[in-house]
Amino acid sequence: MEKLYLNRKFIILGLFLFTGIIFIIRLFYIQVMAENYILSANNNVLRYITQYPARGLIYDRNGKLLVYNEAAYDMMVIPREVKAMDTSEFCRLLGITVNHFRERLTQARRYSSYKPSVFESQINRENFGALQEKMFMFHGFFVQPRTLRSYSYPAAAHMLGYIGEASPSIIAQSPYYKASDYIGISGIEKSYETELRGRKGMKIRVVDVHNRDMGSFQEGHYDTISLPGRDLWSSIDVDLQILGEELMRNKKGSIVAIEPSSGEVLCLVSSPSYDPNLLVGRIRNHNFSLLSADSINIPLFNRALMATYPPGSTFKTVNALVGLQEGVITASTRFGCPGGFALGNGHVVGCHDHAGPLDLEESIQHSCNTYYCRVFKSILEKDGFYATDKDFNIWRNHILSFGLGKRIGLDLPSELSGNIPSSAYYDKYYGKNRWRSLTVISLAIGQGEVLVTPVQLANMTTVIANRGYYIIPHVIKGVGQPDSVNRTLMEKHFCTVDPGYFDVVVDGMEKVVLAGTATNARLDSISICAKTGTAQNPHGDNHSIFIAFAPKDNPKIAISVIVENAGWGASWAAPIASLMIEQYLKGEVKRSELKERMMNGNLIKP
Amino acid sequence: MRREYGIFHRIDWVMVFLYLALVLFGWINIYAAVYDESQPSIFDLSQRYGKQMVWIAAALLLAIVTLAIDPKFFSQFAWLIYSGLIGVLILVIFIGRDISGARSWLHIGSVAIQPAEFAKMATALVVAKYLSKMDLNLKKVQTWMKATILILFPALLILLQRDMGSALVFLAFILVFYRFGMSGLVLIALVAMPVIGILALLINKLILIGILFAGAVFFYFMTQRKFRHLMIVLVIFLGSVGYVFSVDYAVNHILQPHQRERINVLIGKTSDLKGAGYNVNQSLIAIGSGQILGKGFLHGTQTKYNFVPEQSTDFIFCTVGEEWGFLGSIVLIVLYLILFIRILTVAERQRSKFCRVYGYSVASILFFHFAINIGMTLGLMPVIGIPLPFLSYGGSSLWAFTILLFIFIRQDAYRLELV
Repeated sequence: MEKLYLNRKFIILGLFLFTGIIFIIRLFYIQVMAENYILSANNNVLRYITQYPARGLIYDRNGKLLVYNEAAYDMMVIPREVKAMDTSEFCRLLGITVNHFRERLTQARRYSSYKPSVFESQINRENFGALQEKMFMFHGFFVQPRTLRSYSYPAAAHMLGYIGEASPSIIAQSPYYKASDYIGISGIEKSYETELRGRKGMKIRVVDVHNRDMGSFQEGHYDTISLPGRDLWSSIDVDLQILGEELMRNKKGSIVAIEPSSGEVLCLVSSPSYDPNLLVGRIRNHNFSLLSADSINIPLFNRALMATYPPGSTFKTVNALVGLQEGVITASTRFGCPGGFALGNGHVVGCHDHAGPLDLEESIQHSCNTYYCRVFKSILEKDGFYATDKDFNIWRNHILSFGLGKRIGLDLPSELSGNIPSSAYYDKYYGKNRWRSLTVISLAIGQGEVLVTPVQLANMTTVIANRGYYIIPHVIKGVGQPDSVNRTLMEKHFCTVDPGYFDVVVDGMEKVVLAGTATNARLDSISICAKTGTAQNPHGDNHSIFIAFAPKDNPKIAISVIVENAGWGASWAAPIASLMIEQYLKGEVKRSELKERMMNGNLIKP
Repeated sequence: MRREYGIFHRIDWVMVFLYLALVLFGWINIYAAVYDESQPSIFDLSQRYGKQMVWIAAALLLAIVTLAIDPKFFSQFAWLIYSGLIGVLILVIFIGRDISGARSWLHIGSVAIQPAEFAKMATALVVAKYLSKMDLNLKKVQTWMKATILILFPALLILLQRDMGSALVFLAFILVFYRFGMSGLVLIALVAMPVIGILALLINKLILIGILFAGAVFFYFMTQRKFRHLMIVLVIFLGSVGYVFSVDYAVNHILQPHQRERINVLIGKTSDLKGAGYNVNQSLIAIGSGQILGKGFLHGTQTKYNFVPEQSTDFIFCTVGEEWGFLGSIVLIVLYLILFIRILTVAERQRSKFCRVYGYSVASILFFHFAINIGMTLGLMPVIGIPLPFLSYGGSSLWAFTILLFIFIRQDAYRLELV
């Protein structure tokens, strides 16, 4: 009877074996095939603790500290460890409301009850001092040090730039950055980010399910040490920079000074500016929106690199050099000036009163428009009246070789290229062969389509000061130690005008100050070579422009000053440039009356 | 004298060695699971591994005592033992203490005993006693109904203690019933019900009913196509359809939200890794991260740092998987399979039907624990808290399994004298 069911023994046996095989297949899948479990296991127990290195400091050319780090403190919270406590006292010490407290705690809880999250970021030192004494009363809260940028002088904001938390798009692009890491956003902070930031280190700790530290992972074998950021030595003279910003107070415009022999930028003033300490820490977001909302002064706009102006008469120096190089004039070429240059269609390029006829030196000294219209006409008609296109391109290539019409490539972000129009532009505008020298005659006197940035203008002055070449301007001269910057940056960029042609132009520029259009820029015992400019523009009164270098022989400083809507070049820009040269070459300004007058001038109409 | 000498030679050493291997392997894994560097001694009685050592010593003593008892004692006193344990189970409902939601513990002095563990052994004895009655008609349905009542009674009492896992284990006896003559349809129904139930929750009910209908038509044409067969197939089909709808209704309207969540996690409908799916997910991470060779003894991180809950009791297999890897896990599974097969083989060679039935009961109970427990850690079974035989931490379960197995070894040693 019972034997009937003997085969059932094998069915039960089969069931046992089947189950065992299922388990082994499943084990094979999760232990041998799948790889995500080992990752999940590491996520469970390993905590990667980032060691943030100190960001590099920034010094000026004389070793004065410009940018340093100050300790700030993030209040952290581990929600599950928070116990009953004197909440109102805590809020008072932290300077927050009780509602805010509850809100943040709920937020933190939502993120994780056992992982730390930022409760309040960047508590300043004063609040922290008071808090530190009483932290033992607040279980679950702890303070994590962090560093904030701090600026010794309320100056050079545009050039130094600022840092901020890395944006999601940066994090997506670069594996180095994680959420809430700092990154340079503008200025030197941005262009020298890699040098300044150093390298983050990583400590790997093992934790248990309650996030308690159970020791280092494999005796720290996989830990990496952080490398501190490298200090930078800027070429900026901070005293010169501060004077420049003071002189430009309540004026729009820019001052750029360069050491001609090295290309080192001595100051980079953009006005109106702001105190760089405003864009630090918790107040940053608030101040940033205030500054970016100021549509009248546009304080965040770096005019030195990004504003473009017609160079006006300062451009005559370059046109004179091109004329000499092309052989259409010589140093002794004289043109009479009947008070203007007739264009033949009833229009006249006007000129002011001066004696005549003038030779080349005198034409610079007195800034004669007629002279340069004739020079420019000669350049564009050198190969005949109908060869405008060819001659224009020859002229344009000379101009480009002075570092105009293109980004110079200095070590700061957001530089604009200005504009030296091409023949293609005029072909498009007027039609091919439908324009001649007289059509574009305003280029002769730096008006019309030609646009330059203040830094380009200073660099152009450098070319004249150097009698034929420039070195790419740069604001950093040392990384890690003073004067250690890559020497390939010191390569000389020669312009297409032979050095021999420069002397006559330089002599003319010297006369500008001695007995020409800018006698108010004179400085005893130092020979300044300069050129005024008065740029007509569609935005209102003429811009006051001045370029200069000094001393005449072996120049130490080349400078461009632009004061928007300030009238004649000699009115504001020339005295400001003169004061800057005095400060730099003599270490102090003796002409305090002139300085006061320049500083107090208010050219921003309310 | 001859007897004492005899039992040493007559007992089945394969089962004894497998038992010892599993118990010792369990002990060192408990040590690894709750390892605390400040209490490194495996003999430290304040730690679970120290306590488990005491339980093991007591279990070995129990094994020896069991081997010393007259083998006829167990069949003769089966009903008494059964009745006694039923009484204790009822007592627990009233005076037991609640531990993690279940009232299944009886405290005698400082020792806590879980009577449900011993009830399996008592039920196995009484089932063996009942099925070995000479005048039993195995063809009659009433026979199996009575047998079922024998297992349902303790199961329901344990359910009243809110210990669902231990109650479910009594389903293991269905395998025993099947072996000794119960209709295979019951077994098929028991397998089909969870399968259809899960499908009812996962796929469109109309599609499922279509599949069931196709199956019904197929089975009808497999038979001799008499009217009686048509009726049977129809009743089963309609019953299945009703079952599909009632499962859906029960899950969505009767079950508590957290129970519904557990079911959804199991069938893969949702993955709530912080809530109901946490246990299984952490268990898979621990086992999966062991890879082929494992992280090595005491080098597991997931279990040692408490990421896996209940790592020394219900989830002890995680420690095996994590520290001993795929190879170690296979060795353990194979050890269990050898033990099960050995018990079946030994059961089949018994002359006494009581011993045969009892042997099958032992194998089925151990297998059920093994299948549900490891299945749970591998995410193949719902999270049902029952121990892994011989490995899990705990005195009651270890002692109960020891007695369960050694009664069988004892009977087998005297199989020739027992009829």
